[in-house]
Amino acid sequence: MSMLSIKDLQVYYGAINAIKGISFDVEQGEIIALIGANGAGKTTILHTITGLVQAKHGSVMFGGKDLTKTPAHKIVSMGMAHVPEGRRVFAQLSVLENLMLGAYTRKNKAEIQESLEHVFKRFPRLEERRGQMAGTLSGGEQQMLAMGRALMSKPSIILMDEPSMGLSPLYVSEIFDIIQEINKSGTTVLLVEQNAKKALSIANRAYVLETGKIVLSGDAHELMNNDSVKKAYLGE
Amino acid sequence: MSFISYLISGISLGSIYALIALGYTMVYGIAKMLNFAHGDIIMVGGYAVFTAMSTAWCPVWLSVIIGIVVCTVLGVVIEKVAYKPLRNAPPLAVLITAIGVSYLLQNLALLIFGSAAQNFTSVVDGMPPFLIVTDNGAQFFTAVEPGVRTSLKVSMETFLSIVVSIIIMAALTWFINKTKAGRAMLAVAEDKGAAQLMGINVNGTISLTFAIGSALAGVASVLMCSAYPQLSPYTGSMPGIKAFVAAVFGGIGSIPGAMIGGVLLGIIEQLAKAYISSQLSDAIVFLVLIIVLVVRPTGILGKKIREKV
Repeated sequence: MSMLSIKDLQVYYGAINAIKGISFDVEQGEIIALIGANGAGKTTILHTITGLVQAKHGSVMFGGKDLTKTPAHKIVSMGMAHVPEGRRVFAQLSVLENLMLGAYTRKNKAEIQESLEHVFKRFPRLEERRGQMAGTLSGGEQQMLAMGRALMSKPSIILMDEPSMGLSPLYVSEIFDIIQEINKSGTTVLLVEQNAKKALSIANRAYVLETGKIVLSGDAHELMNNDSVKKAYLGE
Repeated sequence: MSFISYLISGISLGSIYALIALGYTMVYGIAKMLNFAHGDIIMVGGYAVFTAMSTAWCPVWLSVIIGIVVCTVLGVVIEKVAYKPLRNAPPLAVLITAIGVSYLLQNLALLIFGSAAQNFTSVVDGMPPFLIVTDNGAQFFTAVEPGVRTSLKVSMETFLSIVVSIIIMAALTWFINKTKAGRAMLAVAEDKGAAQLMGINVNGTISLTFAIGSALAGVASVLMCSAYPQLSPYTGSMPGIKAFVAAVFGGIGSIPGAMIGGVLLGIIEQLAKAYISSQLSDAIVFLVLIIVLVVRPTGILGKKIREKV
């Protein structure tokens, strides 16, 4: 059975049909990329999975439960973390407070401390700035904080929405390296990216979205060599 | 000496405003709405304490607790029934609903208790003043003997308002900054969606905020009705509006701002009453609001942090 299984998902914003019946699976240990242009519905799919947006039809099965019928705040404790688009760190709280909110649903203090040390090891910059207000961090640092905050819930799957958005090329490479590291340490990754080239280079499989529908799917390396993908998303 | 006396009574009145302003500012911070029914919760609390105290078996301490519980429950129920269904509605709809709830509470009180003002018995009735300064020097907890001239008198009610407010504000500051639930409140105030992704129950947190704000209104009602022992269905509206001014004065959404704004407003009001005109004191209070909004629209401690993108 797949770790995360999405069946015939349909989402509406008022009368606008944003997601028009999408199905896909994520297997344990994979990096799955959802690629597509602006407005294709990538972010909406992630928001629907974690309950920020309500689905009109379809199911999102995870851990034996249908997430479309689960309150949003119960999802993180099931082992799913979401790094939202635009990072959405709590600007007026410190770096450390942001990280501790990531572990909000966890009880065991020793384990939380252990996760904190892991996060600081992975993002030494966050440790240096632990007392600083999150709003004063640079974009790349905020992205690291958002990822660290998600890791604080010790997720089995992590959803990442446009982690490279607005970052300098140097940071982009660093962030993608970190995503691979996170995956290697056993966390499944569902990655939404406009930077298709980067996303496909680290993903196992990928789905290509166009205006709310999946138009292509398959092995990430094969998709990279697919002519229509090359033309539309890789700029070749 | 008289200046000190006015100052102390200003601080005392201001502490009560601060307690009420905290409710406004916390609810604004988290639900981004102005709960104009907040002042009327004070009035309901006053009637609850009054009714409990007039039954023979109910001791004062129990009456106070009943009053606070009634306010807390009322605040949570109002949020659930009137505001929660409008969570995604335009702000104007919520504002009008809040005004509607305010009138509803006032008119229910009119229906039940009538329009005549009741004489509220102070919760520290019969206790000697906290401090008197006579020609013989300062004396604490001593009744004024007939014929003795006092140059300064701090009543038990005045003292109680200041002490209780300080304790509550310290406790609230600790709660918000040091507990998990307090952190959750700050997170929800900043970004509901992101807070949800952390596993925070947003509706529960909003309910908790209304509960705390209304409990503070309950405490304020006991202090206020003890210091100014007149209770009518309109008792809550003026202090409510002034506390709102205090919250804006301090920077709406800011908890220390509400405390400072409340105390400053109380002092301004009392000094204006003493040195300018007692009829004009309310006008002066609102003039302060206008000046603050013109000069510093975000209030004294209004948040204006620069964010990098």
